[in-house]
Amino acid sequence: MEEPGFIVHHKGDSLGVVVVEDVKAGQKLRGWIMDTNETIELTAAADIPLGHKVALSALKKGDTVLKYGNDVGRADDDIGVGGYVHFHNIKSKRW
Amino acid sequence: MTHDHFFGYRRANGRAGIRNYVLILPVDDISNAACEGVANNVFGTMALPHSYGRLQYGEDLDLHFRTIIGCGANPNVAAVLVIGIEPSWTQRVVDGIAATGKPVHGLHIEGKGELATIAEGCRVAQEFVQYATELPRERIGIEELWVATKCGESDTTSGIASCPAVGNLIDKLDARGITSCFGETTEITGGEKLCASRAANPEAAAKFMKVFQAYQDEVMRFKVDDLSDSQPSKGNKAGGLSTIEEKAFGNLQKIGEKAMYIDVLSPAQAPTKGPGLYFMDTSSAAAECLPLQAAAGFVLHLFPTGQGNVVGNPIMPTLKLTANPRTARVMKEHIDLDVSDVLKRKMTIGEAGDALIEMSVRISNGRLTTAETLRHREFAMTKLYRSA
Repeated sequence: MEEPGFIVHHKGDSLGVVVVEDVKAGQKLRGWIMDTNETIELTAAADIPLGHKVALSALKKGDTVLKYGNDVGRADDDIGVGGYVHFHNIKSKRW
Repeated sequence: MTHDHFFGYRRANGRAGIRNYVLILPVDDISNAACEGVANNVFGTMALPHSYGRLQYGEDLDLHFRTIIGCGANPNVAAVLVIGIEPSWTQRVVDGIAATGKPVHGLHIEGKGELATIAEGCRVAQEFVQYATELPRERIGIEELWVATKCGESDTTSGIASCPAVGNLIDKLDARGITSCFGETTEITGGEKLCASRAANPEAAAKFMKVFQAYQDEVMRFKVDDLSDSQPSKGNKAGGLSTIEEKAFGNLQKIGEKAMYIDVLSPAQAPTKGPGLYFMDTSSAAAECLPLQAAAGFVLHLFPTGQGNVVGNPIMPTLKLTANPRTARVMKEHIDLDVSDVLKRKMTIGEAGDALIEMSVRISNGRLTTAETLRHREFAMTKLYRSA
């Protein structure tokens, strides 16, 4: 099996986790959806460090962000497909 | 199943240990020096210095005794020398540990001074070491292994692979009848409904929601910001985790997909409902959580880390695993099992769980963990409020 560039825990999640080093904007990435064992592709819209997240679909400010098939927070900005997702543009709904 | 047994120490109360410590146990903080004096003189002993043990009261005092007595009673401990400043609380600890049937002796410092206490303690400790070193390991079924888990310096790789590897072990060994424990009450924030749904009965679910809400109320009372400097921690964020909810769902991967917890334990409380998975109300800080699990009688700890938490525990060997390939490479001396091949799609979660079972058995048989070889013995007492 080819090594993935990013991993998605649940099909339908908003985010994937980049698992290779030094992903650059414009780089094509192959993703592995773990629970369904599917392969998908997208193009990174930003530089994304190892272990950090890439948006799988466009998110509008205020949208719920899904990971593990569950609500893990809200978008604090509009985020395009392939965008870099971290605490600068998603926030907890708690605390 | 290949790994269906380990070689451990059978204690007088029937429990199985994987280490054979002779513990020099202070009742209170001002007896640490005497305990370390004994441990410095008698080879094969270990002092357990800690803070507190004076002027505590109520529930906080109960927790102190439960923690100290529980650590002495842990099956990884063969015999205990207890030293306190005065006789009364010293005797309370001695009596608590003596209920297990293991050799225990108490000394107090008032009325004779520290040097005479150390001299007397050394003679007792020497006999305990010679007793303990003659105890043989024997073959014990894997179902008698008591396993606790917690994760630390988590990152996104923890939720993808190292926590699910622990969950896979829990699912496989829970079905074989082991006793296991998870906790980290506030770190389940956002995932509390999922966690409540993993209770085996409505009473356990209600107990979980009660301790969850109480801890949540405490955080809300003391917090001054959105906790973004603490939960997720700096290390979590450097590792790609963005929100407490994301961290919570990754954390909960440690209980697998099938196992259901049968009861909710107070901090340091020993399970009473037989084999199965238990939730314990604990802090999410490693050096505070692990002593509570050790005091409840758990003998092996499984600790997934992402960015590389280096924690160890003096009583309960702490097996650390990571799925972060960089951590596995640059912090190799802290990692007992590398499951980063899951990220490369070269290893399944089931295979990672099997590798973890194999390493758990090897460590139970006597292989030292990386934390043990580096003398990591973090032991922070959980304190509920200020002493009187």
